[in-house]
Amino acid sequence: MKSEFTPPIGKIANMNGKCISLIGNDIDTDRIIPARFLKCVNFDSLGESVFEDDRKTLKGKHPFDLEENKCASILVVNSNFGCGSSREHAPQALMRWGIKAIIGESFADIFYSNCIAIGIPCFTLPKKSIEEIQNYCDNQSLFLEIDLKNLSAQSKDLNFNLEIKESSRKMFLSGEWDATSTLLDNKNLIENKFNQLPYIKFNTNIS
Amino acid sequence: MSQDTLFDKVWDLHKVSRLPGGSDQIFIGLHLIHEVTSPQAFGALKDKKLKVKFPDRTVATVDHIVPTDNQSRPFKDNLAEQMIETLEKNCLEHKIRFFNIGSGNQGIVHVVAPELGLTQPGMTIACGDSHTSTHGAFGSIAFGIGTSQVRDVLATQTLAMNKLKVRQIWCDNKLSKGVYAKDLVLHIINKLGVKAGVGFAYEFAGPAIHELSMEERMTICNMSIEGGARCGYINPDEKTFSYIKSKFYAPKNEHWDRALRWWESLKSDGNSIYDDVIKLDASKVEPTVTWGITPGQSISINQQIPLLDELSPNDKLVAEEAYEYMSFKPGQLIKDTPVDVCFIGSCTNGRISDLRVAAKVLKGKKVSKNVKAFAVPGSEQVATEAKQEGLDQIFKDSGFQWREPGCSMCLAMNSDKLIGNQVSASSSNRNFKGRQGSPSGRTLLMSPAMVAAAAINGKVSDVREFIN
Repeated sequence: MKSEFTPPIGKIANMNGKCISLIGNDIDTDRIIPARFLKCVNFDSLGESVFEDDRKTLKGKHPFDLEENKCASILVVNSNFGCGSSREHAPQALMRWGIKAIIGESFADIFYSNCIAIGIPCFTLPKKSIEEIQNYCDNQSLFLEIDLKNLSAQSKDLNFNLEIKESSRKMFLSGEWDATSTLLDNKNLIENKFNQLPYIKFNTNIS
Repeated sequence: MSQDTLFDKVWDLHKVSRLPGGSDQIFIGLHLIHEVTSPQAFGALKDKKLKVKFPDRTVATVDHIVPTDNQSRPFKDNLAEQMIETLEKNCLEHKIRFFNIGSGNQGIVHVVAPELGLTQPGMTIACGDSHTSTHGAFGSIAFGIGTSQVRDVLATQTLAMNKLKVRQIWCDNKLSKGVYAKDLVLHIINKLGVKAGVGFAYEFAGPAIHELSMEERMTICNMSIEGGARCGYINPDEKTFSYIKSKFYAPKNEHWDRALRWWESLKSDGNSIYDDVIKLDASKVEPTVTWGITPGQSISINQQIPLLDELSPNDKLVAEEAYEYMSFKPGQLIKDTPVDVCFIGSCTNGRISDLRVAAKVLKGKKVSKNVKAFAVPGSEQVATEAKQEGLDQIFKDSGFQWREPGCSMCLAMNSDKLIGNQVSASSSNRNFKGRQGSPSGRTLLMSPAMVAAAAINGKVSDVREFIN
């Protein structure tokens, strides 16, 4: 775990850091952060518990425990990463451990939107590129420079063209990933919509 | 791109604007909250000096952390007590309707909202819980969100989202005797895979689906997310309308007729265009049990655990992990696997009809002496109804423990947990590693009737042998 945690704010256009590879398909959010750690009213101490049970099982050999990964910030995963529960605690725990971006074959839907909402870009690459990165990481350190403008990931040996939903890319570049204020800009439109919806006017005991 | 499906009509109706980034701003008609994923959202609201925009459109209950043995306050678990207190305080401060323990309406959020008639066709429904897809059974567009999105709904009643594609899953014929909605949805997830639904809403349709009761339909839509689909729905019909009619929050008097006309107009029809259509024969589905660590790893009761060679290359990695974690050998039969714990409950299968089916199997029989079995009703209403019908007594007479409502051992945030590498037969929705509270605990998902059969025999059994 990194010493001081500062959440991302504003525009996110580029990032660079060391990759940490985690191999496996369908890694679910219960594994990322077991449910017992959800008993909290803030996210502050989640970083140290990320992958708690998997790490205990591997007794120090889990990628998140290896000395060489201590300062890694770009997580490289396989397919359907983050499936299962909607708990934002999962990306929050990863972020508080030090993860700033994730590159994978594919992501579960709710996990992906949670990541966007807290400022962690999730990029996709084809299976063979992910395997290339993961094999490389087995033998040596990989530092990637990611540029969200042209979606490039570069290092001294490997270069990739990343993919991400265009709407997500734009939101990071403009800072609108932190959505509340953008949504509130349309205050009048929201009121109009509220007044137009048929069921709001039904007599239902609700208001 | 899909056109004129119920999903398209409801989405378009709720679209507030196209955001600069290209995603849609969607109005959320009903927002449900609970104690686990809301405290940080209220905290963020406070930091940003924002108010809840439409307090009437948010409804709260408490479910994940509540003990099911002794619910007197303060809870024995300090952290659980702190979480319920935080929710109480937030609801009071922001004037949000809260169904607390003892109100008569507390329970698992996805059981409570439908039984109160809050869930209605044509609504958009969001909740900080992935099983929000349950509400799609009524022809609403319902999906799980994270805490930052809970914050956005509280502050703006809207969300920034990308429209999903629509896949129709057409189920022909009807389920055979002893085969339930749970078996059908496990079968669908197995056939399509756990990530096939990413980027899609699932429309469940066809004669086998419309034959199902509302509660069975909720079981199907509930597990859309286990197939990767954040949202699953069923077009409303007469069963939908008659289920809602008597409920407390149903439209009243002349509003009822207006609502009916509107709901009818929302259905997908012959003009609807889907991004994908899949057809399957429901009469071929058999009682189904999971053997692995994802809900897609399931087989029929009389099948063998698949050999590695029988699986597609993409499934092999997880299968190897599953054999090891579950201590199963490829080729082994799932039937007769000894079980230690039997759990009936959860937002998937904790409703009155689930308890009725299980009680029918249990009546006059005893739970195996090697098994700890417990039944957790999905809500206070379900518990009351079960007691009126004498179901609680049937459970107790058989050796089941009868508990208070809550999420319980579906995710084990309270004291209901597996110990060590115990095997549980569970009517819940997830068999992930460590899901039921022990980092080495093993979960076999199945229908509530199958859990009851397993409890009696002390091992995985075919419920059809009990009900002839």
